[in-house]
Amino acid sequence: MSDSQPLDPNQKLDIEIILEGLENYHPERKGWTWRDCPSDGVEMGPFHYRNMSRPLKNSIGLPASKYFDHIDPQPSCVVTTEIASGRFEDDLRRMRMAAWHGADHIMVIRTTGQSHIDGLLEGTPEGVGGVPITRKQLRASRKACDMIEKEVGRPINFHSYVSGVAGPEVAVLFAEEGVNGAHQDPQYNVLYRNVNMYRSFVDAAEAKKVMAGAGIFQIDGAHNANATAKAGWLVMPELMVQHGINCAFSVRVGMKKDLIGLSTVPPDAPPAPKLWYDLPYAVALRDFFSEFKMRAQQNTRYIEADIEEAIRTHTIDTLISMLTSADIQSTITPDEGRNIPWHYNNIRGVQTVKQTWAALDGIKELVELKKDGPLGEMARDIKERAVAFLEEILEIGGYFAAVEQGFFVDSAKYPDRNGDGIARDGKGGVGAGSIVPRDPDYYAPVCDHFGDNHLPPNIQHADDPINGCTLCKPEKIAYIDELDEEDSSTKRLEETHPYRKGGMIKPEAEWAGDGIILTQFFVPLPENVAGVYGLEMAKKLGLIDPEVVNIQVMHPAEGCFVEVKGKIGFDIDVKALKVPEKEVILDEEVLRAAVKKVGLKVVAGTVGEDEHSVGLREILDIKHGGIEKYGVKYVYLGTSVPVDKLIDAAIETGAQAILISTIISHNDVHRMQMRKLADLCIERGIRDRIILIAGGTQVNRDMAKETGLDATFGRGTHGIDVVNAMVKVLQARGEI
Amino acid sequence: MDPVRNQRFEERRQELKKLSDEELKNRFWELCYQVVDPIVDLARTHTSPSIERSVLLRMGIDSITAHAVVDQVLQAGLLGKGAGNVLLRVAQKNGMDIQAAAAAIIENKELLNGLFQ
Repeated sequence: MSDSQPLDPNQKLDIEIILEGLENYHPERKGWTWRDCPSDGVEMGPFHYRNMSRPLKNSIGLPASKYFDHIDPQPSCVVTTEIASGRFEDDLRRMRMAAWHGADHIMVIRTTGQSHIDGLLEGTPEGVGGVPITRKQLRASRKACDMIEKEVGRPINFHSYVSGVAGPEVAVLFAEEGVNGAHQDPQYNVLYRNVNMYRSFVDAAEAKKVMAGAGIFQIDGAHNANATAKAGWLVMPELMVQHGINCAFSVRVGMKKDLIGLSTVPPDAPPAPKLWYDLPYAVALRDFFSEFKMRAQQNTRYIEADIEEAIRTHTIDTLISMLTSADIQSTITPDEGRNIPWHYNNIRGVQTVKQTWAALDGIKELVELKKDGPLGEMARDIKERAVAFLEEILEIGGYFAAVEQGFFVDSAKYPDRNGDGIARDGKGGVGAGSIVPRDPDYYAPVCDHFGDNHLPPNIQHADDPINGCTLCKPEKIAYIDELDEEDSSTKRLEETHPYRKGGMIKPEAEWAGDGIILTQFFVPLPENVAGVYGLEMAKKLGLIDPEVVNIQVMHPAEGCFVEVKGKIGFDIDVKALKVPEKEVILDEEVLRAAVKKVGLKVVAGTVGEDEHSVGLREILDIKHGGIEKYGVKYVYLGTSVPVDKLIDAAIETGAQAILISTIISHNDVHRMQMRKLADLCIERGIRDRIILIAGGTQVNRDMAKETGLDATFGRGTHGIDVVNAMVKVLQARGEI
Repeated sequence: MDPVRNQRFEERRQELKKLSDEELKNRFWELCYQVVDPIVDLARTHTSPSIERSVLLRMGIDSITAHAVVDQVLQAGLLGKGAGNVLLRVAQKNGMDIQAAAAAIIENKELLNGLFQ
């Protein structure tokens, strides 16, 4: 069944192996999983966290975690990332990357139009704006998740959508294949997909019953109202009603309340005074729906092409979650406003939550919402309007009548109407007239079936006559591999093979070998010219299909920040890359101890006619994390110091090392100075007692040998690299 | 703006103002269930092609076959019996297993005649 090999963090996911043996693969577990959150908090590095889950076995922390013992605190809420590039086989690698950064809820968007397909899709055709959800795709993805969750040490919830005109079938498929979470909301079908209203609700009852049986967590679709309405912040009473209808309906068909989630989005974005709208709404919602789960989504309604702006809004969205509550914090890739999300932007979205959550850990112990002021009044106002909305629905004849009269997604604040609501005809829509009354001898010989089911006499379980249904006996599931070999993952994997396993390298944004890169620059041109310039520049750089994805005016006349994406047209063979051997830096404590033991002292200065001292000061000074930080004493002789003067000073002060800096490389003057230092030390008989190090922007590590020095450093060098080199020389000479 | 609706809203609101937060919450849920209960009844007593296909899937029938079988059952006017019920009867009546019965129904819809008489 599923004795998958453990993943090696140093090896890429082998997609071909995942696709092997799928016909017999069944998920290792079913149902939703919450994070494991110790009630007395989590100790990590030097800190105590109050609202965190247990850390991962393998993960990558925020960039700044290197200052804090590399800790990677994991929020108490489940963290969602949406992954759907159109090629699920490439998404599997992205899922692994996202899991390493802390995502444990992976949501797969369906390909455009799947909700109108009357039945299931099979095989692995390429999708548009999402992935065709099929048994093979789900099985392969769940199998990958089964492997990835072991690698990171936390269960991964795999999620997609149970909507459209094939809802019950999709729900069965999800239950069989171990999908852990799903969107299901009949109102979504009615309002946004124009599925006939009766069909949508009748189907939804069956779908929900199946989901309940498999422990699948449900998320509703109410948030689409504030993504669709012109003024998202005015539709809050209606949002409450939509959430209420789906929750009540779900409970009535047998779902447990703790597996019913509200998809809620703070409706606003700056420059709107976001808190004044989003916070009362968040409070009102959590008051009314206290028994249900909150899936807090980040705002997409006002997302633009600028990634940083999106991230800032999403940070505030996460703050609102923390000030109120979130059982699941969903993330939106910050590039959603300009393209189908790219690999690394999934990670950025997850990082926004992780960073905000860590920063604001335990915020509720420090600050409290002031409910006896405008906040409480505004929350109460939303609640009263929501209740009045429901009263009016009942008064005019119930839910279906209300939909026909355009009650929903009207952009005015209830009870006002702008008349732009989405009205649907009960006799219209996809699948109109397709529901059929059940006869008195209606019978469905399967488990988790909703509604009237007239079992034949002497039968205890509905599925007894067939000796168990697929939900009880997974081996009975009928597996279809491919319907069209030409439009399949096998075909695509052959094409991308060179880039995954053949050693050929191209950057990628969505798919293996897509070659997409992004350039960012400032250009001193007005907006109308800046984009044209961007395209011209990209063409000259050799980028294929260049496209301006973002322009931000810095000043109407002075210029713009521009981002241009494009594809590169060449491969690089990984074997052609000369990778320098990595210098192993000794542990900081080892370095400090060694420095202390020998009382390490250096003399330093810039040499030749060179007045550039900034780089050297950064290597020396404690303020810049220089060698002083590790206990090294130094004598700084200044700029343009003659080499013999440095040697004299070293002898005089008893320094064990000489550090020279040389920026000017005209006529190879830097090399000459470096050789001169080595030669003079030999001449004076101290070469074996002294450590000689040089640095500069035109210097590199390979120059040490040719110039006779112990170590040479180029750009990006830090004090610790220099201390490390000195200690290693001392170790080699047996002096420590 | 609709003065009649707005007036009605103001009247409702005056009543709602009298409720405590807890009472308002209870009222909200009471109304939600009142809205959905008739819809739940509709769902309980009706079926659809997708529901019936989902039943066949659970009986171990692949999606393509399930689609074709339900189409036949629908055309024969037997969806109200349940497609799984129909399939089971065809299998029992003809001494076939479920898979063979499904194939037979697609092949020959005459098999469905008189199944429930």
